Amino acid sequence: MQPTTKDFPENARRALGDVPLQAALGNIARGWQEKRTQAVAALPEFEALRTAAAAIKDHTIAHLDEYLERFESRVTEQGGTVHWCRSAEEARHTILAICHRLNARTVTKGKSMVAEEIGLNDFLGGHGIAPVETDLGEHIIQLRKEAPSHIIAPAVHLTQAQVAETFRAGHHGLPTNRRLDDARVLVDEARNVLRPRYFAAEVGITGANFLVAETGSAVIVTNEGNADLTQLLPKAHIVLAGIEKLVPTLEDAATILRVLARSATGQEMAAYTTFATGPRRARDVDGPEEFHVVLLDNGRSALLGTEFQDILRCIRCGACLNHCPVYTGIGGHAYGWVYTGPMGAVLTPALLGVAEAGHLPNASTFCGRCESVCPMRIPLPKMMRHWREREFAAHLAPHAIRRGLSWWAFFARRPALYRAAAGALARWLALMGGRLGYVRTLPLAGGWTAVRDMPAPSGRTFQQLWAMRAQPAAKKGSRP
Amino acid sequence: MTTPARPRVGLLVTCLVDLFRPEVGFASVKLIEDAGCIVEVPRDQTCCGQPAYNSGDKATAQELARNLIALFEGYDYVAAPSGSCAGMLKVHFPALLADDPLWENRARRLAARSFELVSFLHDVLRVTKVAAAHAGTVTYHDGCSGLRELGIKGQPRALLGAVEGLALKELSAAESCCGFGGLFCVKYPEISNRMVGDKVAAVIDTGAATLLAGDMGCLLNIAGKLSRLGAAVHCRHVAEVLAGMANGPAIGQSAPAAKAPRPARPGS
Amino acid sequence: MTGGREQMLDSIRRGLGRGPLGEAGKAAIAARLDDHRAGIIPARTRRDPAGLIELFIELAVGAAATVERLDGPRRIPIAVADYLAAHDLPRDLVMAPDPWLDRLLWAERPKLKLRPGRALATDATGIARAFAGVAETGTLAMVSSETSPSTISFVPDTHIVVLGASRIVVSCEEVFARLRREAGAAFMPRSLHLITGPSRTGDIEQRIVLGAHGPRRLHILLVDGTEA
Repeated sequence: MQPTTKDFPENARRALGDVPLQAALGNIARGWQEKRTQAVAALPEFEALRTAAAAIKDHTIAHLDEYLERFESRVTEQGGTVHWCRSAEEARHTILAICHRLNARTVTKGKSMVAEEIGLNDFLGGHGIAPVETDLGEHIIQLRKEAPSHIIAPAVHLTQAQVAETFRAGHHGLPTNRRLDDARVLVDEARNVLRPRYFAAEVGITGANFLVAETGSAVIVTNEGNADLTQLLPKAHIVLAGIEKLVPTLEDAATILRVLARSATGQEMAAYTTFATGPRRARDVDGPEEFHVVLLDNGRSALLGTEFQDILRCIRCGACLNHCPVYTGIGGHAYGWVYTGPMGAVLTPALLGVAEAGHLPNASTFCGRCESVCPMRIPLPKMMRHWREREFAAHLAPHAIRRGLSWWAFFARRPALYRAAAGALARWLALMGGRLGYVRTLPLAGGWTAVRDMPAPSGRTFQQLWAMRAQPAAKKGSRP
Repeated sequence: MTTPARPRVGLLVTCLVDLFRPEVGFASVKLIEDAGCIVEVPRDQTCCGQPAYNSGDKATAQELARNLIALFEGYDYVAAPSGSCAGMLKVHFPALLADDPLWENRARRLAARSFELVSFLHDVLRVTKVAAAHAGTVTYHDGCSGLRELGIKGQPRALLGAVEGLALKELSAAESCCGFGGLFCVKYPEISNRMVGDKVAAVIDTGAATLLAGDMGCLLNIAGKLSRLGAAVHCRHVAEVLAGMANGPAIGQSAPAAKAPRPARPGS
Repeated sequence: MTGGREQMLDSIRRGLGRGPLGEAGKAAIAARLDDHRAGIIPARTRRDPAGLIELFIELAVGAAATVERLDGPRRIPIAVADYLAAHDLPRDLVMAPDPWLDRLLWAERPKLKLRPGRALATDATGIARAFAGVAETGTLAMVSSETSPSTISFVPDTHIVVLGASRIVVSCEEVFARLRREAGAAFMPRSLHLITGPSRTGDIEQRIVLGAHGPRRLHILLVDGTEA
């Protein structure tokens, strides 16, 4: 997917004026925020679980090489294969080679953000293999040729009416008189279209929520059951996952599972949590004959030892998106690439470079709500600030901002000059405000006054007035 | 640390109070003095450095942090009528200066004694009563830094509860950011506008005559938006009400009588 | 394409600022992997066995499953027939090729047509036995094997699960412990499915609709008086 992260301000402007999008985004606050709050309130151990979950990931990441090797041994022992891929390109070619060997014409796919990250669908399509997205949201956006706008709910940016239009246009053979004015009907329509595809596919590709080093298992969490049909019915199951998905043991996975669904959708458990371990066993009557795990680095190992290492704890629950006032205002597409919201603002510059994605970590008020809900206690605002530091150090920050800052800094470093300048500014703003008490337009502050007034001060700074009050007692206000 | 009988408190005025709302500075002084402290205002303070810190200009932020530490470390306490500036001292200075153990240590010592004004009154000085009255309904906006970095939520409500005649009506989506975010509001004005638009809609929904908050950044943003919409809600810093100094014009209101305000002497 | 293996491991070690783990480091990881103590188990599960069964039922029903309690395995065929009739469902079932299920008195309900095997696209209803039930979340643990095909849990519209009341455990951790105890060294099946209610989606305006791809209905026959 071609990034448009550089166009973030324009993307955001468009999103704010997009009426159906705004209607769809309204569901997020009413839905997920409240559901998460309720789920957390119902589990007194939630905060302790967050701490435990973060500690598990920190430990795993600190010994990632060892755990990856252990994981590989277990997968191999059970007859599966691990593929180590440094880049998106290596991962694409690895998957293509498996598909070619099996003469695959269609592959079914469970929702996978890593597949989006490596641009897998376009690549397979370009090589004559039809990727079939099976998650309902992914199916909808595949028909619309769009990217997912949310890491767990790819079509959250669409209204029901838009989904109906999409099916009318994309589901060939759909009777024109069929009513599509109900979510139930739309779900059944998608179910009927996708059912035969599961049985026809030669290869099924899923992501993974966890890879368990102890057993060589790939854990996949869904509500629809699509990832299960995707991995059980075809000849081969390919798991595509970033190297940071490792956890040591089944018990560790269980601990993190307790915070995952609650943070994501406010459920205590998602409907399906599946531990897939190797290919089908000798006497099994179903299940895939081949089991492949494609381990993707693609810039992740380069985050180790940096101020961005903590983002590798991310379990892609989407809580930071759901609680972000920027994300819920503009939706995911405005971010211009695969990962959106606060976690995307940290991860995207790491994967695409800060020159490409610099807007993302800047487009935050540092309100801190993302960090406060993150089940893995990832300090997202802190890392966004680190990206701003990198951007500033590389002279990539916008010129006007840099110039403004350097003027401000000039005064802020010189107290006497600062006091004089503040006094002059207070007088000037008071004059501008006049009898109104506020200013309608202000030079150099168009971003402020375009949408709101600037309350005018009364004309003197506190320091000036304090000096007047403190006059008789010269000692006051001096240095301690 | 033993607390002396009359602690000396350094007031970090904050640059926005200094420039836009001196009344808040005087209200802060009164509240802290009424609680039995000596208040001093270091003359050479400028800014805590947030604009630089949040823009990635670490060197400038560090320099300003060191200046402020040197200026304030002699006091028993530092108080600031702002969650975000207090958060800067309390949470961010030690992190900002972490590459220099000496300064990090000084930053930590200062952080331990630095407080946002209302939490300082409530948690440290154990103030439970205020000599103030305010007729009418108010609503309260929790600034994000105060709320999430410093855990300030109950303190302003407890003290407002002690104001005679005051009724508090809570905002819906109370924990949502108002969209100020320092330079954010001018770098991404449309997104900021959406956020402040949602916030003022919630404010207007409460039917309260007055909006209170503990941060001038939020207040200028919300007051500016209410003013642009022509909404008749007054905005004030919570300290003005707690100090009984909410009689003058509200933020962004015409102030003919306030051209050269003569602040009442605290305690008079 | 596995030439990248060493380079990936090197890159990780470079980032971590160390070389490969030494003997002591590897031993510590081995010990960590053998440590199967449970983490934080929610206090809500501190109940006696009867209380755990109640909790399981409450949460399974909360997740939109239905639960019918039977006083013995003998009643299973009757319960299945009644359930299908009550929901106006066909009487054909795909049944896990499980000798325990096979031994039930299906002859008492001759109109039920049972086909043992994995589930096919044409199967409307499937029946299988659960390995365990998790009280903490009302979750079923389905373990794939020659007597328990995974497809039965996902392909048919209606999924009927037989769960022995004695197989209700506190947590997922107890399911893992039980697997280790009962299945030996290579204890993990090809698929362990933890199932909490029927299939669902919220992908259209966050409205929850059951039966997205997997079963629309999950019916649990909770059976007392058996080790099933």
